[in-house]
Amino acid sequence: MEILNNLALGFGVALSPFNLLMCLIGVLLGTLIGVLPGVGPVATIAMLLPITFNLDPIAALIMLAGIYYGAQYGGSTTAILVNLPGESSSVVTCLDGYQMARRGRAGPALATAAIGSFFAGCVATLIVAMFAPPLAEVALKFGPSEYFSLMVLGLVAAVVLAHGSLIKAICMVLLGLMLGLVGTDVNSGVLRFAFGVSELADGIGFVTVAMGMFGLAEIIANLEQKGHREVFTSKVGKLMPSKEDFKRIWAPILRGTFLGSALGILPGGGALLASFGAYTLEKKVSKNAHEFGKGAIEGVAAPEAANNAGAQTSFIPLLTLGIPSNAVMALMIGAMMIQGIAPGPQVMTERPQLFWGMIASMWLGNLMLVVLNLPLIGMWIKLLTVPYRILYPSILVFMCIGVFSLSNNPFDCLMMALFGLLGYICVKLECEPAPLILGFILGPLMEENLRRAMLLSRGDPFVFFQKPISATFLIVSIVLLVVIALPNIRKKREEVFVEEPG
Amino acid sequence: MAIKSPKDFWAGVMFIAFGGGMAAIALTNYQMGTAVRMGPAYFPVLLGAILGALGLILFARSFALKGPAVAKFHFRPLLFILAACLAFGYFLKPLGLIGAVLLVVFISAFGGHEFKWKEVAILYVALIIFSILVFVKGLTLPFPICPSSIEDFCRF
Repeated sequence: MEILNNLALGFGVALSPFNLLMCLIGVLLGTLIGVLPGVGPVATIAMLLPITFNLDPIAALIMLAGIYYGAQYGGSTTAILVNLPGESSSVVTCLDGYQMARRGRAGPALATAAIGSFFAGCVATLIVAMFAPPLAEVALKFGPSEYFSLMVLGLVAAVVLAHGSLIKAICMVLLGLMLGLVGTDVNSGVLRFAFGVSELADGIGFVTVAMGMFGLAEIIANLEQKGHREVFTSKVGKLMPSKEDFKRIWAPILRGTFLGSALGILPGGGALLASFGAYTLEKKVSKNAHEFGKGAIEGVAAPEAANNAGAQTSFIPLLTLGIPSNAVMALMIGAMMIQGIAPGPQVMTERPQLFWGMIASMWLGNLMLVVLNLPLIGMWIKLLTVPYRILYPSILVFMCIGVFSLSNNPFDCLMMALFGLLGYICVKLECEPAPLILGFILGPLMEENLRRAMLLSRGDPFVFFQKPISATFLIVSIVLLVVIALPNIRKKREEVFVEEPG
Repeated sequence: MAIKSPKDFWAGVMFIAFGGGMAAIALTNYQMGTAVRMGPAYFPVLLGAILGALGLILFARSFALKGPAVAKFHFRPLLFILAACLAFGYFLKPLGLIGAVLLVVFISAFGGHEFKWKEVAILYVALIIFSILVFVKGLTLPFPICPSSIEDFCRF
């Protein structure tokens, strides 16, 4: 059994004391920022990227991955106790989780979320271990035209699955692609869009874009609201769900896990989409559909399982194809590049320790989360009472330190501020920043592959439709765009994303 | 003609400016090349043209379809937060971490709804101790701790 050998190798790496510590730090940090509303994994990972310079690549990636799936656990705590999504993927957990808490069943709701997440985490880890290697093998045969078409598909899918206006999302992708081209053109050595600024010769720093568009813009937008956070501090009560509860949640957890895993693999997918999808599905198939929105335990179990599964399987396209499926994965690519690792299918064969170590650490991280989180819930609740006016200056200090340490140059702080401004404008104009980040990462890669493909085909643009794999990617992209543009499906898509907390 | 959807209108303007502007810069300054051997201008011009065209659609649509107004800009948090970032960047070297963090904390705190001197001061002290211990001592980032003028007096 090759997979067992590989997993053994992975656990050997992940169980080293230092990597275990990094995994623990990652999941704790992830839970922390998951619990705190207004601080997301994108900003946190961006903040920590510069610090990972000095770490060993495996340890760095293990920690960053832990932040992402740890945030899914933490987000549900806030959703259930405060009726605020600590994490965007916990929005649907608010609906029924908070209602359960109001009825004095906060304990079982929290436990259900943790159990569902843990089960989903185990299954998703296995799925990653099983499906990533064959996919990477296929990907090794990809030429430039296949890669180009795959990136088109990835970007189209990201656009289709983003909420809000379709055309604006496409524009944001294009803008991201163009911003990614700033700097020295590798083929000709020409400096593009640098306007005589020597700091732009290497391009715009990825971390500054992510921190500005997500971190700064988020803080500014949060400060607009004069919100008072009402923490549901009544005692959590006994944690364990009853036998009756278990009977009701096992099927939703299973369905949520598999739906979440499938949606996580899709380009543009991930935790957010998975939780929305699972909640909608559960509402359709459940016997207790009438209880949804009034504290149905199924409405907590399914989306929580799904978002954790989705968070983990979204690593598959990253690890096998080197293509990010959402903004967090784009940051992971950034982290790999910082470490001098070219993301792509060769990672698995050239650096099996990294690949399998990361997979094993995901399972260990999930175990840590479920063991640590329930006992620590009291502490997380206390944290929720920290007012935002204390929180945001602290976040800002860490962001500034992180950005400045990139190259010890004030210019990076200036760029972060500029992208903060752009991000704020985009918030006001309802343009999603996530597609921009994806485009930004893929811009240079797309140009490179387009050039190579066109060179090989002697300038014939139809080459993309002549190779079967490439043609399939493009046709799927076109079908997706056409389908989503049809009026009644567009209406459905909008409905899925306006499931407001009640 | 009246603008019916201000959000679409301004988004359209922004995308036209970016797409059109960058395509124009690329077209005038860099080599276009051919489809076989693409020059540095080829891909940006292609992207810029599509972006500009889509922006134009948004722009045109904003006169036909009704949409919500652009939500109010809150300049206070915007200016103070951005200023805090710039202050950190440009004053870290002359003022050291002690001075730069002071600027970030106080400037950003002014951007919020309430400002309590005592609370912000305590927050600053906590943050500066944490930053020095974790970032400078722990992670060995090469940041000066003290202002450069009195550097000799405070070696830790």
